[in-house]
Amino acid sequence: MPNRSFFWFFFPAGLAMILFIGLPIISTGIQSFYAQHDQILIEVKKCDPFGCKTSVVVDQEATSKIKEEKPLGKFNGFGTYIDRNHLASDQVSEFWNESKSVGEFIGKVGNLPFYKALVFTLTYCVIVTPCVLLLGFIIALSLNAISRKIRGPLIFGTILPMIVTPLVGSLVLFWMIDAEGIIGANLQILMDDPYLSVKSSKALTWITIIIYGVWHHSPFAFVVFYAALQTVPQEPLEASIIDGASRFQRVKHIVLPHIYPVVTFVALISLMDNFRVFEPIIGFSAEGSAQSLSWLIYDNLVNEEVILFGSAAATSIMTIVGISIILTPVLLRTWKEFRTNR
Amino acid sequence: MKKILVTLLFLLFGTVANADCNIKSGSINILANDFPALRTLVETAKECKGSADFKVTHSAEHNKIAVPALTANPSEFSVRVAANSSIVPLMNADLIRPMNDLVKKYGKGIQESQLITIDGKVMAVAFMANTQHLYVRTDVLQENGIAIPKTYEEVVAAAEKIRAAGKMKYPYAAAYKAGWNLAEEFVNMYIGHGGEFFKDGGAQPNINNAKGVATLNMLKKLADLSNPDYLTHDSEAIKVEWESGNVAIMTLWASRSGTLLDDEGDAKITAATKLVAPATVGGGNIPAATLWWDGFTLAKNRSDADAEASFRAMAHAASSKEMVAKAADQAVWLVEGFVPGPKSVGVIEAVKMGAKPYPMLPQMGLMHGALGSEIVEFLQGNESAEQALKDVEAAYITKAKEQGFL
Repeated sequence: MPNRSFFWFFFPAGLAMILFIGLPIISTGIQSFYAQHDQILIEVKKCDPFGCKTSVVVDQEATSKIKEEKPLGKFNGFGTYIDRNHLASDQVSEFWNESKSVGEFIGKVGNLPFYKALVFTLTYCVIVTPCVLLLGFIIALSLNAISRKIRGPLIFGTILPMIVTPLVGSLVLFWMIDAEGIIGANLQILMDDPYLSVKSSKALTWITIIIYGVWHHSPFAFVVFYAALQTVPQEPLEASIIDGASRFQRVKHIVLPHIYPVVTFVALISLMDNFRVFEPIIGFSAEGSAQSLSWLIYDNLVNEEVILFGSAAATSIMTIVGISIILTPVLLRTWKEFRTNR
Repeated sequence: MKKILVTLLFLLFGTVANADCNIKSGSINILANDFPALRTLVETAKECKGSADFKVTHSAEHNKIAVPALTANPSEFSVRVAANSSIVPLMNADLIRPMNDLVKKYGKGIQESQLITIDGKVMAVAFMANTQHLYVRTDVLQENGIAIPKTYEEVVAAAEKIRAAGKMKYPYAAAYKAGWNLAEEFVNMYIGHGGEFFKDGGAQPNINNAKGVATLNMLKKLADLSNPDYLTHDSEAIKVEWESGNVAIMTLWASRSGTLLDDEGDAKITAATKLVAPATVGGGNIPAATLWWDGFTLAKNRSDADAEASFRAMAHAASSKEMVAKAADQAVWLVEGFVPGPKSVGVIEAVKMGAKPYPMLPQMGLMHGALGSEIVEFLQGNESAEQALKDVEAAYITKAKEQGFL
């Protein structure tokens, strides 16, 4: 395609991307460098149906004047990024100095909100992504080998988890693991512990969310792999059968290399999706045991009565940076291959 | 006899109130939480809308919408029905309008005690009161020879006895869902211990002390007597537990009693359900509960005509004796002419015992938010009480600095 026509094809999409993705990211970035102005508090008499007392309120007259001069707030530089609720540089160095062992240090750092969320997000990412790839591939292979007559309904059944709304899917599982739900109650009997609760145990909650993640994302990998499998050429396969290659050898030496670019694509998308894990935490009401970076942003924006724009913006930017870091190895590899292919 | 008298009074005043209400212009758009009492109130306001436009949004997500919707100019809503905590962000951002002029002109039926005044300015008009108090199953308590508990220590003893008798596995329930609900339980218990959240009137936190530790330990004791999934249970979930007969003692909002005592569900449980006073804790004499009011506020970024129309309609509802008589069991109305029924026991006892209102401070929302996420690990047994409180203070300080309070 000539560059000119490519430009005009790409133009509408590019414009929409700049308007609806690029600019908001820039505005988020700017916002993350600002904090609210110092609040000017004054003591006043407050009366309500339960009586009167003297306490403080924000002085609106004084505040509105400052706000008019500097509507964005107080410039804070990287202040929000390094405060305790984010990278916590002061706390981390303090912990490093006072901790006697590396274990103690890690424990203390893991107690900080941002690192707590980061640990869960990474754990989720690192476990779910390979599981999704593997499971999706196995399902695609098995379905590909099955008689054409029943393949249609089976494919439909397999992509069902993706069709079900994420929140509904997680709620169904949430009710099943309830102390009185089918899984929760049976686990109690099985472990002989009437106080066992999947929802209050951190480890069990993590496992539940991870299993849910694999269940929910596998169909996507499956669909893409299944489509890719249809393009695998038959001649080399037949040749290898004649040469006496086992099923495993055929998959390893012929099928996998052929669909490798697709695997990279699915890995990229899954990594990005999984790094932004959010719905299951809400669906499972798992805020107590599992927090992700996306959940932190949500928490800053809606769970507080006072909205923390600066905090949320800083976490958003760091999430974007995090995704870029995670994607770098995969992208580098693709780039290298692209160069060598040329 | 009393009822007849009251009814007669309404007939008299009812007509007066209606006659007062002929709004000619303006538009009214209300944002409110979603529970029966508020629906009744809004319906009553609608009665006198006259020729004004009338729209209403009832949403459980009202807190998330309010600030952005009222920041717009002109704002989406002309009326925001708020409570003592949710009015704070509106005042912090200067989004609501003082209504002294309107009260003077159109607020005839409103009682002095209904007015929420800040430095003499009327910022809201309250119409109902709310609190969290104890609900008990009289049949279960009687069977085990337990008197109605008056302190949380007695609640613990009673629940342990019920559990030991093999009656129920998890005899106690309260909304301990991580986040806002859990923080609210901490606030109640800490106030019951006589604690203050901030150092002498400032914004420096003041919870990492003996009272804070005692509060956490009591929450932990109660949590151990609750369904092990307590960290995921909100008010609605524990209501379901109660209706299934799994719970004998519960701490719940007064405003939730309506649906708990209706005809649906097991009649035996409903009959044995009794609403009693909130409990005290740690030898204190004020209840471990906070008093709440619900009231209406007027958006600042709306025209005077809209504000006037909105105020007149809302004031009609907030002073309607007819409404409080008809919906007497939906809420503890602060409106003149309200005759308290058995469902009002909790709030009335709380007021009598000198319960404190939820602190209406500009920085309290940040403290509430920090509590909701940082004390979870203590309840899960992964952290000491001191460490949890230290974390709360640290999280609060960081947020308060970002918001300019420190």
